[in-house]
Amino acid sequence: MDHPLVKYLRPGTIPSTFCPGCGCGMVLNCLLSAIEKKKVDPKDIVMVTGIGCSSWIPSPMFKCDTLHTTHGRAVAFATGVKLMMPDKKVLIIAGDGDLSGIGGNHLVHAAHRNIDLGVMMVNNRIYGMTGGQCSPTTPSDLYTTTTPYGNLDQPMMAAELMVSAGANYVARWTTYHVRQLTKAMEELMQGEGFRFLEIISQCPTHFEKDSKRTPTEILDFYKENSIPVAEAKEAYDGQLGSRLTVGALAERKRDGYMRRLEAVERKLRADMEGEAQKNAAGTREGKK
Amino acid sequence: MNPSLPNYLKKQEGKRLFDLGDIACAWGALYAKCSFYAGYPITPASEIAEFLSKELPRTGGRFIQMEDEIASMAAIIGAAWAGARSMTATSGPGFSLMQENIGYAVMTETPCVVVNVQRSGPSTGQATKPAQGDMMQARWGTHGDHEMVALCPNSAQECFDLTVRSFDIAHALRVPVLLMLDGEVGHLRETFDLKLPETGLNLPKPPSPSDAPPFGGNPVPPQVLFGEGRYLHVTGSTHKPDGTRDVTTPEVHDQLVRRLCRKVDQNRHALKDVEKDIPRNSKTVVLCYGAPSRPAAAAVEEARKEGLKAGYLRLRTVWPFPGDELEKLPRSVETVLVPEMNLGQMSREAERFTDRKVVCASKVGGVCHTMREILSKLREVS
Repeated sequence: MDHPLVKYLRPGTIPSTFCPGCGCGMVLNCLLSAIEKKKVDPKDIVMVTGIGCSSWIPSPMFKCDTLHTTHGRAVAFATGVKLMMPDKKVLIIAGDGDLSGIGGNHLVHAAHRNIDLGVMMVNNRIYGMTGGQCSPTTPSDLYTTTTPYGNLDQPMMAAELMVSAGANYVARWTTYHVRQLTKAMEELMQGEGFRFLEIISQCPTHFEKDSKRTPTEILDFYKENSIPVAEAKEAYDGQLGSRLTVGALAERKRDGYMRRLEAVERKLRADMEGEAQKNAAGTREGKK
Repeated sequence: MNPSLPNYLKKQEGKRLFDLGDIACAWGALYAKCSFYAGYPITPASEIAEFLSKELPRTGGRFIQMEDEIASMAAIIGAAWAGARSMTATSGPGFSLMQENIGYAVMTETPCVVVNVQRSGPSTGQATKPAQGDMMQARWGTHGDHEMVALCPNSAQECFDLTVRSFDIAHALRVPVLLMLDGEVGHLRETFDLKLPETGLNLPKPPSPSDAPPFGGNPVPPQVLFGEGRYLHVTGSTHKPDGTRDVTTPEVHDQLVRRLCRKVDQNRHALKDVEKDIPRNSKTVVLCYGAPSRPAAAAVEEARKEGLKAGYLRLRTVWPFPGDELEKLPRSVETVLVPEMNLGQMSREAERFTDRKVVCASKVGGVCHTMREILSKLREVS
């Protein structure tokens, strides 16, 4: 018997191209579980992805309309899709390098626009597909293939950045928290405005190259080092050894971009009709 | 997909206006049923965005100002897959930023229109001054092998007409079409009519969306869109006719890239659009496009009055380059004079197609050639 979620996959995409122990499979499983639970028709979803390991979750695995775009630009492509398909759920899956590095500007602006997109940032804190280079979320001092003397940068806090940029919904969970992740993905699909989920995910191949931790050891580490936002005494700073604050960082009820746009369009249509009626009345007056 | 013209536009059809080339271009977009525009402000193209931000919503379309030109290009491609007839407009610096995603539009066969109101470069250059320095960037700006379609108007009326035509070509061939204005033409104020041109282009009708694969099979595959229940997979990676990625099989890439080039190349005669007046005994032919073609036409007329045997050949479609027009020049022609507002971009292309002497009358510095300048060059080479 097939796995109950296999029906959502394009035929021939299993086995996947992910490394053994990669978190991307777990992210896919959570997403499909959320879709199953909320009875969302995949025909109502458009998936937009960028370049990187996690962009290969929907492209080609998830069977729905999929736009696999250039590196970093998924959010900008998705903005065009959403504007012309307001009834679809437009979801983005991409990595930390794609969304917070090369595409950081688009991410900030989509959040400040509060446009109705759901973004899942799979944060493995490294460039996996290109062979383990330092990314904007890589912890300081870490050795990567492009930081042979240790990373000089501070890790970018993408979720916190999204809160200050004005996103309606922002949450962070890890691949250990599969139930909470699934729930957060339901939030991405049902709410209004810009919705952002940071998923701390393991990359046993590159990020753990020196630590040699196994995937289960990493998940145990996530479990032991996570603390709910409300209970955290110190802010998570993305560094190794810092406690991962998990949960919802923002849950706002501001009107989304599409609602605001549609209101403007409704008013414009009414004004134009009013104008046309006035002109028609004027013409009749003139004829008398 | 191809909605009828809204009443708002029907009422104004046939009107004569006096306005900028940029504005004529924006009107052309409305009459071409453009339904989505994304852009970023830049001189000398901003008037197009300003006009469409006001008028596009009145026709039921949508406008958005994006955070940069990369995002603008991305958004119009996304909108096209959602069923829009989409467009952006920019100038040199923004055009450079768009190149990667223009290549994505080529690879994914996404119909869209990119207007470049060229200004003086490199870099910020003379930001408010006109130039024609992006002609080769239009042809080769994005990486990888590809063919490109680019049109070049020289009047406000042509800004209107060729914008409409750009949409026609984009959707007939499923390609991005580049509309290459220059700051001179974009900021030229003259009369134009809101009248849909006879397209005159004999382009193939794409097969209707059936079970045919959306990314192969036919030279131009049928346009399938998101929301049709086909579970489309659109990718800029090398893909098979069904859209799924295959980046390792040499034959898959070879067939895809050759077909993408072939669909433009085999329509080069349908796409060809030149204005020519080359009498049999011509000794010199002025080859031109865009703003300098206006003083060039006057210079040819003057030269003839002086007894010089001069011909005139103007390109409205610049890419694909109509090399056959140069190959079949009368035997009497000794020199091809190319006035252009760059250091010789299209003149170099002309050299590839003719054994006659090609002389470039360059002008850079942000000012278009005068009639006298071209005339004296004509005297010099004749």
